[in-house]
Amino acid sequence: MNKESKIDLLLFLLPPLVVLSIFVIYPIIGTVVLSFISKGTFSLSNYYEVLTESIPLKALILTKLEPTPPWGALIHNAVWILISVPAVVLLGMILAYVLRYVFGSSFVLGTVFLGMVLPGVVSGLVIRFMFDDSIGIFPRIFAVLGVPMLSKTWTIYPQTALLALILGSIWLWLGFSVTLYSAGLDSIPSSMIESALVDGASQWQIFAKIIVPQLRPVTTVVILMTVMWVLKIFDIVYVVTGGGPGGSSTVLAMIMYMYFASSLEYHKAAAVAVILALLTLIPAYWYIRIVLKGERE
Amino acid sequence: MSKARISLKGVLLNLIVWVFTILWLLPFIALLIMSVKPYTEVILHGWWSLGGNYSLKNYLEVLMNPSYNFLQGIENSLIISITSTVIPIFFAAMVAYSLTYLSFRYKTLLFTMILFFMSIPQQMVVIPLFNLYVKLGLNNTLTGLILLHSAWGIPWIAFFLRNYLKLIPLSFVEAARVDGASEMSIFLRILLPISIPALIAASAIQFTWVWGDFFYAMIFLPSPDLYVVTQRLALLKGEYHIDWGLLSAGAILAMIPPLAIYLAFKKYYVRGFVGWGLKG
Repeated sequence: MNKESKIDLLLFLLPPLVVLSIFVIYPIIGTVVLSFISKGTFSLSNYYEVLTESIPLKALILTKLEPTPPWGALIHNAVWILISVPAVVLLGMILAYVLRYVFGSSFVLGTVFLGMVLPGVVSGLVIRFMFDDSIGIFPRIFAVLGVPMLSKTWTIYPQTALLALILGSIWLWLGFSVTLYSAGLDSIPSSMIESALVDGASQWQIFAKIIVPQLRPVTTVVILMTVMWVLKIFDIVYVVTGGGPGGSSTVLAMIMYMYFASSLEYHKAAAVAVILALLTLIPAYWYIRIVLKGERE
Repeated sequence: MSKARISLKGVLLNLIVWVFTILWLLPFIALLIMSVKPYTEVILHGWWSLGGNYSLKNYLEVLMNPSYNFLQGIENSLIISITSTVIPIFFAAMVAYSLTYLSFRYKTLLFTMILFFMSIPQQMVVIPLFNLYVKLGLNNTLTGLILLHSAWGIPWIAFFLRNYLKLIPLSFVEAARVDGASEMSIFLRILLPISIPALIAASAIQFTWVWGDFFYAMIFLPSPDLYVVTQRLALLKGEYHIDWGLLSAGAILAMIPPLAIYLAFKKYYVRGFVGWGLKG
């Protein structure tokens, strides 16, 4: 490289790298260091305490002691992922496919996408509203169906609070998967489907044998992005339940915030942040690998 | 794929999807109705009843009552969202340009770092930055939040712009180089104008994200006189009693800017999202 282009490179990259060093690299390292410091010495005790004495895992044991399920934050994050990933994948794929045969599909797509645009706090309030017993939609439906267990305000009972949040989050995030699947469907050559039709394949066979396998790369991205999004979820939990009642709907991001802002235990907050980041790195690593592979091709 | 034929199955399918769509919109319709009704009427007859006196009282209350200070929140949010959109776009464009058109040794490393920064959760950076901000006097300032949002925007916008630039043929960059144009002038005169659709998409998405941010605001703007709109809205909810009329008016006000941007740039916005998720 000649001298001139080196100067150009410096001109282009130095300012953003300085900004990123101060606001991203330095604090990432700082958080890791802080998480290992306890009472002035270097140790693992923050992790130990966070994982045993506090809400994230203690609740695992408490499940057996209490009638209500105040599972731990870690468990809540896991349950959240286990429910929302299949829901987002299946609903997203089916809706995107069905939309091809529906009148006014771009309006439907635009509507479903709203969840991606609105501030999390507004979405949270909508979730709170949907599950409110006096004016909300879900409890009303269950009241008509004669299910008293579910015809109350879901978000204030430990048995239903987490479920309400999970259902609400699926409702919000579906726009992401439907949009990606719609674009994925557009890229499937129509000749493939036409020749299958000529061969006498049924709609269902086409969906199962052509559409689903062709959409596999999209499905991978949808799964990875959904996991990353769910792991970081904070604002709807804060607004709707605050992690309650009794810790029954708390999540890692919420625990981190509580340690930081309520009990001012910065080192423990850092430990939770590191745990959260490590979990996020699993799907992130996968995603980065896919992108880098695409780069080389 | 074939167009919908008129058949019983087709009609049924349309019906199901449209009922689903209306159910989807129902909570927002409910918010809209509740925001123009006195809450006592909502409680007595439900938000779905059409009778009663409609008024903008809830909106006036939210905006004018000094204890809610909503206007101040909107102002702060606008300042933060607009500046935190304009600043990172330029930095990110420079990174994207370097990654696409310049060759240098640690390019793959830089690109991997960008992808890594994109995936790190927000929680990972707040504690050291909070300490730093307290020392520098940036805590509880809009500037502090703007700097953070701007820095946080650089990685994903750079990745996003790079995906766009990759699709543009190199030939005229080479031609401009042969003509003796400097990299900076190629960047400013050719690449930025070509990237306008991608720049619009990135700006729209960044704006809605910053506008919707709650976590960073809660940590870096702890004092209520500087609250942004999302914090104001969370405050409106109250601890035990929820005044849905007031809250709906607040929620509607808080969603107008991102919704307006989304509707205005819908095409770019959605295409941008698809590119972010699929290309690479």
